Amino acid sequence: MSKLIKNFSHLFLPISVMTLLIIINLIKGADYFRITMVNGAFYGNIPNIFFGASELVILSIGMTLVTAASRGQDISIGESATITSAIFVLFVLQANEVTVLTIVAAFLLSCVAGLALGAFNGTLVSVFKVQPMVASLILFTGGRSIAFMIDGKLSPILANDISNKIGTVIPGVPIQTPIILTVVFIVFVAVLFRTTNLRLYVETVGINPNAARLNGINPKKIIFLTFLIMGVCTAVAGFIAVNKAGRHDSVNLLKLIMMDAILAVAIGGNSLSGGKFSITGSIIGAYTIEMLNRTLLRLEIDPAMIKVFKAIFIIILMVVASPVVRLFLRKSLDRVRAWRSTASQSVGNSKTPNTNITDMKEE
Amino acid sequence: MTTVNVIKPKARLSNSNILFLIAAVIFVLMYIFAIITFPASFMQFQTFFDLFNLNAPLIIMTLGLSIVMIGGGIDISVGSVCGLVTMACAVYLEHKMGSIGGAILIALGIGIVFGILQGYLIAYLEIQPFIITLSGLFLAQGLLTTLHKDPINVTMPAFVNLRDFDIVIAWLGAKNRLGVFIPCEIKPGTIIVVILLVILASLMKWSRFGRNVYAVGGNSNSAMMLGINVKRTVFITYVMSGLTAGIAGFVYIMTTGAGNVGNASGAEMKAIASAIIGGTLLNGGVGNLLGAPIGTLTLLVINELIRAAGVQSNFQAMVSGLMLYFFIVLQSLIMSLRDRTRIRFTLPPWLRLSEKAKSGNHRET
Repeated sequence: MSKLIKNFSHLFLPISVMTLLIIINLIKGADYFRITMVNGAFYGNIPNIFFGASELVILSIGMTLVTAASRGQDISIGESATITSAIFVLFVLQANEVTVLTIVAAFLLSCVAGLALGAFNGTLVSVFKVQPMVASLILFTGGRSIAFMIDGKLSPILANDISNKIGTVIPGVPIQTPIILTVVFIVFVAVLFRTTNLRLYVETVGINPNAARLNGINPKKIIFLTFLIMGVCTAVAGFIAVNKAGRHDSVNLLKLIMMDAILAVAIGGNSLSGGKFSITGSIIGAYTIEMLNRTLLRLEIDPAMIKVFKAIFIIILMVVASPVVRLFLRKSLDRVRAWRSTASQSVGNSKTPNTNITDMKEE
Repeated sequence: MTTVNVIKPKARLSNSNILFLIAAVIFVLMYIFAIITFPASFMQFQTFFDLFNLNAPLIIMTLGLSIVMIGGGIDISVGSVCGLVTMACAVYLEHKMGSIGGAILIALGIGIVFGILQGYLIAYLEIQPFIITLSGLFLAQGLLTTLHKDPINVTMPAFVNLRDFDIVIAWLGAKNRLGVFIPCEIKPGTIIVVILLVILASLMKWSRFGRNVYAVGGNSNSAMMLGINVKRTVFITYVMSGLTAGIAGFVYIMTTGAGNVGNASGAEMKAIASAIIGGTLLNGGVGNLLGAPIGTLTLLVINELIRAAGVQSNFQAMVSGLMLYFFIVLQSLIMSLRDRTRIRFTLPPWLRLSEKAKSGNHRET
């Protein structure tokens, strides 16, 4: 049991936040978990959260890796996803007949584009030793403009049957397709981490690049690799986002999602200064953020006020999880424990402290 | 390598100064380039002054942000706080009770409150600056939309006078197409920029506080061992950043005269970019406040050049991204050429949780 607690103690923060949100939702209305069947697919609060957070989850996986290895954050993920999805849309629209093969080919092409963007950021960070946030500032500034150039002037509409199915449901499958894609991606990442040494290498580089280099791990390569993975993540996220929306709006697609992704990483109990990381935590963190957004909507807060509540929630959360408050809590917990143990001992041994305790209790 | 050997003796420039020099030289070269390519517009003094007149808020924000960045932190809430201040001032000024003095107090008050809140959470509770200032950004934006949603045009006579007030330099100017001589005009915002620049730059350069900030940004542990009150120093940097954001908000509304939801949105990224171009490193400990306006002006001249060259507005962002790429790579190349002998990996302190947090986070309880 204690081993279990030790293994999952880093998940304490995200899970407790999630529980808190669920309690708030249940107080608001007991039908929170109700799932209805519409046209052969599940809908309801919980499926909607899974549906809505799918891009965020995928991006936060990539962000966790980048944060762990390079000790900084990539702020260009939304823009990268816009560019890759622009390429996807371009390829799909120029095809005469949209088949599954076209979609797959377009997706692979967008993955290649994602790899190229990741390589761009990765080169700046690993070779030129630029701060990740500064390096990705370039794509952040110019990315949407590039996507606009790829698109042409209009915001093209994906009006084919297959991308509609990818964005919503495939007939006969009760779960919305983005959820399935997300799960597939998570499984893929899990297999990657089970079968390779990537986790060890990334953590080593994040904790101390010099030590990693002396041990024969090339930090440049590992940082570059994490940015490549980030590129693939942006391609997948862009793919899902554009199919969900049904059109490619290069101005607003996944706008400011990097803030949420970084927040997901932080809520997941990961340090933003690199080193050890937990992808499970980030995934739960991403779902928590989506849940928070939807909870605020469900509580029927004035749309203008939503951001205020979100900010206050995050601040309270970070204060509770902050090192100083944690230390204070731990110390006071220890004090209570020590007091208890002395109390239990003194009951059996002597009478003088006993009176003290009774005094205290009376107080 | 020869250049390195030449610099190496006693008078070796500090990182702050060399980055500032790079920024300044690039700015001058770029302005000369602009004058050569588009002599008609860039030769006029008014063009140069307009860079200040229209972008004074951004420069002021960059000044505050630079202090935070030198101290090893980051503040991404400046743009939203500035927007919030404009809207609050507009609402207040449109109210019957409104007066300009009160508006100034409101602007400074909002800025300081945000600064104190964020500074306390970051410095004393040791929470990661990015997250706190991000929630500060959300908070300011949310308050802004809660306060008022529609654009307000301030019509109060005294304020309109202030808005339209220009300082005319009669002996500088140019003739327009009709041959009428138009003197140069400077907005009061420009004067505020210059005053703040002088005050803050000398504060950072010569005062004890300024030197403490550099020490904390360079290495907070050794700063603490030297007896510097690290927490208080970090706290004050955030308060100053909030204060400058408040001043920037007032200057903004003094320039545009309207409160709007979209005011100064996205200014935080512009401010970060200009601080970086101006030679402040995100790691902390390196930077020069004089570089802040130069960075902003460089960014603005890039935009002006793109506009003058007639690039389609949709591609302006792309071109400025490319320019940014050029800058960042150049900076990094120069720095790496300088430090070729010793390779250092420094952890940016604003990203660093304390040791206690690490043990808490990573299952070593």
